[in-house]
Amino acid sequence: MSRRDQVPPSRARGDGSAIATGERRVVPGRANGRRRRRDRGLMVPEAEFRSYYGRPIIKEPAWTLEIPWYFFVGGMAGASAPLAVGARLAGNHRLARSALTVAGTGVMASVPLLVSDLGRPERFHHMLRVFKPTSPMSMGSWVLAAMGPAAVGAAVSDRLGILPRLGRTAEVASALLGPILCTYTGVLVADTAVPVWHEAGRELPLVFAGSAVASAGAAATVLTPAADAGPARRLATVGALLELGAVAAMDRRLGELGEPYRQGVAGRYARLARGCTALGLAVVATAGARRRRAAMAGSGLLLAGSAFERLAVYKAGFQSARDPRYTVKPQRARVEAARS
Amino acid sequence: MSVARLPTPTFGGGYGGEARPRMGFFTDTSICIGCKACEVACKEWNLVPEDGPLRLSGNSYDNTMALGANTWRHVAFIEQARPVEVPEIDLAASTAAAAGGAVDVPQAREGMRWLMSSDVCKHCTSAACLEVCPTGALFRTEFGTVVVQQDVCNGCGYCVPACPFGVIERREDDGRVFKCTLCYDRLKDGMEPACAHACPTRSIQYGPLEELRAHADGRVEDLHEAGFTDARLYLRDEAGGIGGAGAFFLLLDEPEVYGFPPDPVSTTRDLPRLWKAAAVAAGAVVTAVAAVFVGGRR
Repeated sequence: MSRRDQVPPSRARGDGSAIATGERRVVPGRANGRRRRRDRGLMVPEAEFRSYYGRPIIKEPAWTLEIPWYFFVGGMAGASAPLAVGARLAGNHRLARSALTVAGTGVMASVPLLVSDLGRPERFHHMLRVFKPTSPMSMGSWVLAAMGPAAVGAAVSDRLGILPRLGRTAEVASALLGPILCTYTGVLVADTAVPVWHEAGRELPLVFAGSAVASAGAAATVLTPAADAGPARRLATVGALLELGAVAAMDRRLGELGEPYRQGVAGRYARLARGCTALGLAVVATAGARRRRAAMAGSGLLLAGSAFERLAVYKAGFQSARDPRYTVKPQRARVEAARS
Repeated sequence: MSVARLPTPTFGGGYGGEARPRMGFFTDTSICIGCKACEVACKEWNLVPEDGPLRLSGNSYDNTMALGANTWRHVAFIEQARPVEVPEIDLAASTAAAAGGAVDVPQAREGMRWLMSSDVCKHCTSAACLEVCPTGALFRTEFGTVVVQQDVCNGCGYCVPACPFGVIERREDDGRVFKCTLCYDRLKDGMEPACAHACPTRSIQYGPLEELRAHADGRVEDLHEAGFTDARLYLRDEAGGIGGAGAFFLLLDEPEVYGFPPDPVSTTRDLPRLWKAAAVAAGAVVTAVAAVFVGGRR
């Protein structure tokens, strides 16, 4: 065995750092060489953490961009379905038609997005081989399989005026399934080992619900003449408030683990989401009631904010999986707590 | 031999009389010599494709780097600069005698210790990959191991971020996920898995889990008595967040040093709480919609 108290040049790394030993000790507060922006709300005690050459412990998800876009369109469709029934009950048939259109189109767009994300798209129907409550994806597949025909059927029946009784039944069915469709996705991502997703399990369904409600209200506002769009505008503002509140709650819960939402691509999406949603909310809530053009612009901002929110959550998951710090530190803290 | 009932909710111990004793691995890293015979034997027996172009990582002798779709055994190498107690051998004198002159041979006690560990799928008692799999492709075998049915997997990828150890992965040119099967085909014929068969030091031991646990407990005691107080068992106990593992380890340092999570939890343990949060959120959607119509149709 040779002397190893000096690092041979062959083991110096390109970034100038050298690996003296096989393990890495990393000082918290730095990720990818960049300083942390803020250090508020620390959940885990400041300490060094050890890792295997700084390599990730868990795998990044295998999912591609279809997934956040599905969260967006599926969520919008899911929240639009109860809006349609609400409008119908209130006698606002014009608004009901808009909402049904969004719901039907949204679920139709969801299916190809989900199928194309599969490694073996031709086996998409294997999703309905089993009914498995321990798998949120299995539950979601069944909800989508039921919601799809109901929402599309209701929209077609309303547009063409055919089979009105069946159409109304489908409307009610999709209104019952819609709220599940736009919130189970929060469980879907939280039910993983990805720290920034799993630890936000309580807030994520609410974040997605708010985002879905805001986008459903905004889409219906765009598609409905101003005179009939009042409830849609109000729904958009309520959804935006819910979204902003739930995101703030998630931020508080995650503390240091929520760093990915303040860094890199996820950070950019998160800031865009907050900015678009807050601005859209202000425009729709103030000028939106009087000016059609303001309502349209505000709705556009809310739709963008909703989409950015899903992209932020999606990207934050990848960033959180990539850095072993987020996996090790909370677990190490648990071990130490159990020991003492 | 009694068969432990597996509490995985998606598999209610449905094998009945066909159930076999739960089989597993005990990897004693204190006697691993880092030869990587396990990696090679696994690849050969299971016809696992190459992991891409050969690259030198610069991280000691580990150029495999991680478990994945095409790596079902992975040997980790950790170099630690700390004095190690080794029996005093006058290596310089014996080498000098052999070489016919004085040679400067450093003593191992001066420098470092080299940890080596062969990692593998843990075949968890509460296996998150299996529980989140929406197609039923992942299943529990009669040996209590966790295996992917390749004719069922549609490559949804949900198991990939669900695994708390980063074991299972989608094979890019194939689309499906792959991981260690604990040589299900060999087990059915009463043979031991290829990696354990190839291990020259019996660092990888295969057998009924109950026996392996008893043996491992004895080994830790022996090591402690010999002064290796760092020795500890990882994933042996059923009390942990994954309910114990079918593949457990004897380590000489904290798990994260080897690239293991220090306190892994099967994510589905929290699923009831998550579904409750979704129910609250769905209720919020309905409430929001109802609220906007309170003021009438406009």
